[in-house]
Amino acid sequence: MTWITEPLEFAFFRNGLMVATLAGALCGLVGVYVTLRGMSYIGHGLSHAIFGGAAASALVGFNFYLGAGLWGMASALAIGRVTRRRIIGSDAAIGVITTASFAFGIALLGLYGQVRKSIDAAIFGSVLGVTMGDVWVVGGVTVAAALVVLGFYRKLLFTTFDPEVADVSGVNTARMDALLMLLLSVSILATMKVLGVVLIAAILVIPSVVARMLTNSFARMLWLSTVIGAVCGFVGMTVSYHLDISSGATIVLVGAALFAVVFAVTGPRSRRRAAGPGAPIGLAAPRPTV
Amino acid sequence: MTLEALLRLEAVTCAYDGTPVVVGADLEIGASDFTGIVGPSGSGKTTLLRAVLGTVTPVSGRIWRRPGLRVGYVPQVETVNWSFPVTVAEAVLMSRTTGRRLPWPSAAELAEVASVLDRLGIGGLGRRHIRELSGGQQQRVFLARALLRQPQLLLLDEPTSGVDVRTRHDILHLLADLNLGGLAVVLTTHDLNGIAAHLPQLVCLNTEITGRGTPQEVLTPDVLERTYGAPMEVLEHGGMPIVVDLYRQRENVVRFRRDAS
Repeated sequence: MTWITEPLEFAFFRNGLMVATLAGALCGLVGVYVTLRGMSYIGHGLSHAIFGGAAASALVGFNFYLGAGLWGMASALAIGRVTRRRIIGSDAAIGVITTASFAFGIALLGLYGQVRKSIDAAIFGSVLGVTMGDVWVVGGVTVAAALVVLGFYRKLLFTTFDPEVADVSGVNTARMDALLMLLLSVSILATMKVLGVVLIAAILVIPSVVARMLTNSFARMLWLSTVIGAVCGFVGMTVSYHLDISSGATIVLVGAALFAVVFAVTGPRSRRRAAGPGAPIGLAAPRPTV
Repeated sequence: MTLEALLRLEAVTCAYDGTPVVVGADLEIGASDFTGIVGPSGSGKTTLLRAVLGTVTPVSGRIWRRPGLRVGYVPQVETVNWSFPVTVAEAVLMSRTTGRRLPWPSAAELAEVASVLDRLGIGGLGRRHIRELSGGQQQRVFLARALLRQPQLLLLDEPTSGVDVRTRHDILHLLADLNLGGLAVVLTTHDLNGIAAHLPQLVCLNTEITGRGTPQEVLTPDVLERTYGAPMEVLEHGGMPIVVDLYRQRENVVRFRRDAS
């Protein structure tokens, strides 16, 4: 028990633990839509893009959240504009714009910043820089995300499952898509300090995939993924303290371990559930003729 | 335009990247219509349906819809993600996006879903995952989803695609009952004998409308050749037209012959 309680004596760890747990829950909640819509690559790319803005903001003394957020939105708009030309697919557009933004951030920090320590902390996450203000930000974003998901539950579900029919049924699917992108961007922004830019995409995906292996119900998948994300955050942060490893890495490793356990325990049926759209098993499975 | 018209297309042309897919389509859908749109693959059937739905904007022509028209849509089953984590009840209820703000269903909504599932012969399947159902049951789930919105016009894209004969009959009977109950039904199909020949009204489409009327009027060799670009013969059985594909053997194709020994 002291293994858990000992680090709680330190304020920085308490802050970090709260942020990590909330960040895990937030990413678990938003991650359900990310994985079901096949947006994992966008999550990966946006986190890289936001890093460029974060680095630039830190150097000029601009507010971190504002600067990184604006940079992330600009990247998302640039991706959309490039993709609309239709010559370049969205995955290529994401690959170019987000990695360029990431490289820009690396270059800035290398030239003008605190170099090694800042880069490591930003890329892989660090509990040391987490303040009480960050706790309020992540907490606020988590509550807001939960309210958005609850308030637009059916519209978001319909748009995610069947956007064409949702559109003709009166759902403003463009608005729902924009809402989800905004939720994703804000979630990445709020959690990147403790999770790090590189590993945010993992914690967006792992809890929802684990949840998918455990249930066929969307509602259950939502709350399961949120709880799993929170557990990964809590346990990962505690392990990070004791092993002196970056917080982002340990949170993701805890998630990966949980994935491996559930994968092994639940068997082939759950793997088919989690395989997602286009999975050969799902399409080839014979349907009863009654 | 008739008084009971729900929707009218006037010289509607739709195109993708400048290539016309539907040209000059004139079509009126009345409140009691049960119409099939037939044509080969790529003839514009789905595009025409989407123009009616409003998801495709015509490049020319006009579409009039009765004010307040409620349209239900059942997509092709091939477009559905069967791995998505939804139960039958969740899939049906998600179309109820107005009114109640809370995510969990009310008792009245649950009763309504149960009632519509019962009506379609799939009562008791509410908790099953959609992939666990047969093809016919899956089609009924999406029909239930459309019906929950209490539409005046129901559009179906290839509703009997991939189902067996018995299921095809069941779906046709179901749609006929709904039509008798006051619901206008428009469906697309490429199944001439299994579906089209049984419908009251047909529209033949191959980019342009090549024929319209009853099956007896439309399923003729001339109209069919204009529509499908291939010769066809039409026989009659019990007053119903039966379309026979006239495959003409080429010289370099060996004809299969069953060996008598």
